[in-house]
Amino acid sequence: MLSRTADHLFWMARYMERAENTARILDVTYRLSLLPQNGEEVEAMWSGMLKIMELQDAYLAKHRAYSTDAVLQFMIFDRDNPGSIYRCLRATRENAHAVRGTLTSELWETSNETWLKMRDFTVAKLLESGPGAFFEWVKYRSHLSRGVTIGTMLQDEALRFIRLGTFLERADNTARILEVKYLNLLPGADEEQAHATDYYQWSALLQSVSAFEVYRKVYRDQITPLRVAELLVLRADMPRSLARSMKEVYSNLTRVSNARSAETERLAGELESHLRFGRIDSIFEGGFRKYLEDFRDRIFDLGCRISDDFLIPTSS
Amino acid sequence: MAITKFFNEMTADDGSVRAHYAGYAAWLSETPADRIARKRAEADSLFHRYGITFAVYGEESGTERLIPFDIIPRIIPAKEWKDLEAGLRQRVKALNSFIHDIYHDQEILKAGHIPAEQVLNNAQYRPEMQGVNVPCDIYAAIAGVDVVRAGAGEFYVLEDNLRVPSGVSYMLEDRRMMMRLFPELFARHRVAPVEHYPDMLLHTLRSLAPVGVTDPTVVVLTPGAYNSAYFEHAFLAQQMGVELVEGQDLFVSDDQVFMRTTQGPRRVDVIYRRVDDDFLDPKYFRKDSMLGVPGLLDAYRAGRVTVSNAIGTGVADDKSIYPYVPEMIRFYLGEEPILNNVPTYMCRKPEDLAYTLAHLPELVVKEVHGAGGYGMLVGPASTKEQIETFRKYLIANPEKYIAQPTLALSNCPTFVESGVAPRHLDLRPFVLSGTEVQMVPGGLTRVALREGSLVVNSSQGGGTKDTWVLEA
Repeated sequence: MLSRTADHLFWMARYMERAENTARILDVTYRLSLLPQNGEEVEAMWSGMLKIMELQDAYLAKHRAYSTDAVLQFMIFDRDNPGSIYRCLRATRENAHAVRGTLTSELWETSNETWLKMRDFTVAKLLESGPGAFFEWVKYRSHLSRGVTIGTMLQDEALRFIRLGTFLERADNTARILEVKYLNLLPGADEEQAHATDYYQWSALLQSVSAFEVYRKVYRDQITPLRVAELLVLRADMPRSLARSMKEVYSNLTRVSNARSAETERLAGELESHLRFGRIDSIFEGGFRKYLEDFRDRIFDLGCRISDDFLIPTSS
Repeated sequence: MAITKFFNEMTADDGSVRAHYAGYAAWLSETPADRIARKRAEADSLFHRYGITFAVYGEESGTERLIPFDIIPRIIPAKEWKDLEAGLRQRVKALNSFIHDIYHDQEILKAGHIPAEQVLNNAQYRPEMQGVNVPCDIYAAIAGVDVVRAGAGEFYVLEDNLRVPSGVSYMLEDRRMMMRLFPELFARHRVAPVEHYPDMLLHTLRSLAPVGVTDPTVVVLTPGAYNSAYFEHAFLAQQMGVELVEGQDLFVSDDQVFMRTTQGPRRVDVIYRRVDDDFLDPKYFRKDSMLGVPGLLDAYRAGRVTVSNAIGTGVADDKSIYPYVPEMIRFYLGEEPILNNVPTYMCRKPEDLAYTLAHLPELVVKEVHGAGGYGMLVGPASTKEQIETFRKYLIANPEKYIAQPTLALSNCPTFVESGVAPRHLDLRPFVLSGTEVQMVPGGLTRVALREGSLVVNSSQGGGTKDTWVLEA
């Protein structure tokens, strides 16, 4: 397959996944902002979220204060914000458009339709139905896009690069979602006890990654931070966990393997096996936030390597 | 107004419905208006969702326009098509012979049938192609010939598009749409199928592979996603199951063309290019081109890759060469032309210029190198000011223009805002030449949606119709 085609497929999938997870992060933060608390806490919550999404500077260039409305506007509609859902869906569609001949018509139409709808969305419409309905819509379109991908695409290289993009992005994003929650905690062993009683915060987090029912099913017990972390980091049967994401990254990577990719595959395999054999208490011993940051650095490195090995054209 | 009488495709002069439209006309009158309205709305939303669009992207993507689609088909009876097809095949054969001759022995020039300077000083003539042999001596593998029907029902060829003719995807999508919206109509008519066009195109391209290549790799070369015809490029690549490449995906090494893939370089044998000559190879043509492949011409001249259509075919579809096509048919094939050529005044000739200037209100004046309906004057439909402006252009640069009588383009009932009304149309059938000449029965029918307009180009607000060739 053309390197450029693989590149577009990879980024098409990443941007769709990013749009979905941005909706998830916004959803959980928005819900937490509605819990009884003072205004400063709400501001800290939004600024923390933007920091973890690496969009704080871009936000402050346009807005002076953190208000729920301004952040939502910035993260959903702002055309200058490369991380806004608007921009993610546009980039998804642009990448799909560039390789529409490689996609099944259903997949192309799904992406095109999502974009056409997004383009017609307005702040007024959002306020009318509430942000929750919009976030649901984004998630739903992402589910649809993934379902159409799996349901219609030939199981060849094109599908592998799409899947690779999806799971590499998800690994990064789930780590960020966890970081948003752990932001205000100090590194160290006491993380486990902190806010342990704050049932609403943890349930909102679980719901944001569609893991609330899963948690109940797996643990049949009350919600504790340690178990939440274990579920979202180490449980390979949890579809949005870091372990699951890395398992998919590794298996798709080995299937597109070429003459240059051995080291990239090794690094992905190493990261995957750490998750497969790791224990949550030892991860907490070294500091959970630091662990998540290191993990994201390694995901970033993998992304660069995949690009070098497969996607960026080089002569002969 | 010089024109009074138009040929109506559906109804005869006495108001009766022509035999080949009888079935459709009956269906149209018995189908409730609200059902038709619903289907028309459905067609619009489907075209949008499929992203079957054309035209320029602004800064914001997703702003591409739809080409309006009309649900009343243009119907051609079997006998008429048979003659038309024979005429088109004849014409394209002669044109391919002409291009081959021009880039080899130039016998037609030596015989004095065409003034040599008309050809050799033409900007579309590529000296780089002189003496180069191409597979099967085929230069224009894909031709999209524009045909119109005039007042008495006779066909004229308006233009031979031999460079990168587009529109075939709309022919195919219009058919798909009609079959989806109105399956019952196809049960009632024996409409000749056109859906195998991509297959035929692939067969043609493969048959033109360089000598010695048995299982050629074919690619479609596009200028990219922002080109106005990108939809068609992607569509054809997908339908043929070949890669859609951009210039940056290809490179030349030792006169061989390769594409960059995730598994390393892969050889390319046949390039169906939708990039103009000027942009194809920055080493030889426009140096600033980002759309081409440096060294492509070297590989081509070495016979290691086939470029379709060939470089330099523009020399044969130029408006200043057009008047000589009947002469080519006689010269190369020893036959009389089956299809009519429109009488053409070449303004570089003083007597033709004088005639043109004296008859501007009744003529169509076109730029020799113009395309897409830009830079033309339709005398009968123009204001005095527009005519006087063109008079100045003509006097200043007569060699840049030709003039033709305004043809009474046939019309066909079409849905417009006020209901159903006649609108003018043309027809672009596609002729494929490889080891054999092939056509699908049909073509792209373009319709001028503005009342009285004779300009059907989509860039000028034209729409399309499905084209039905009825089987005998």
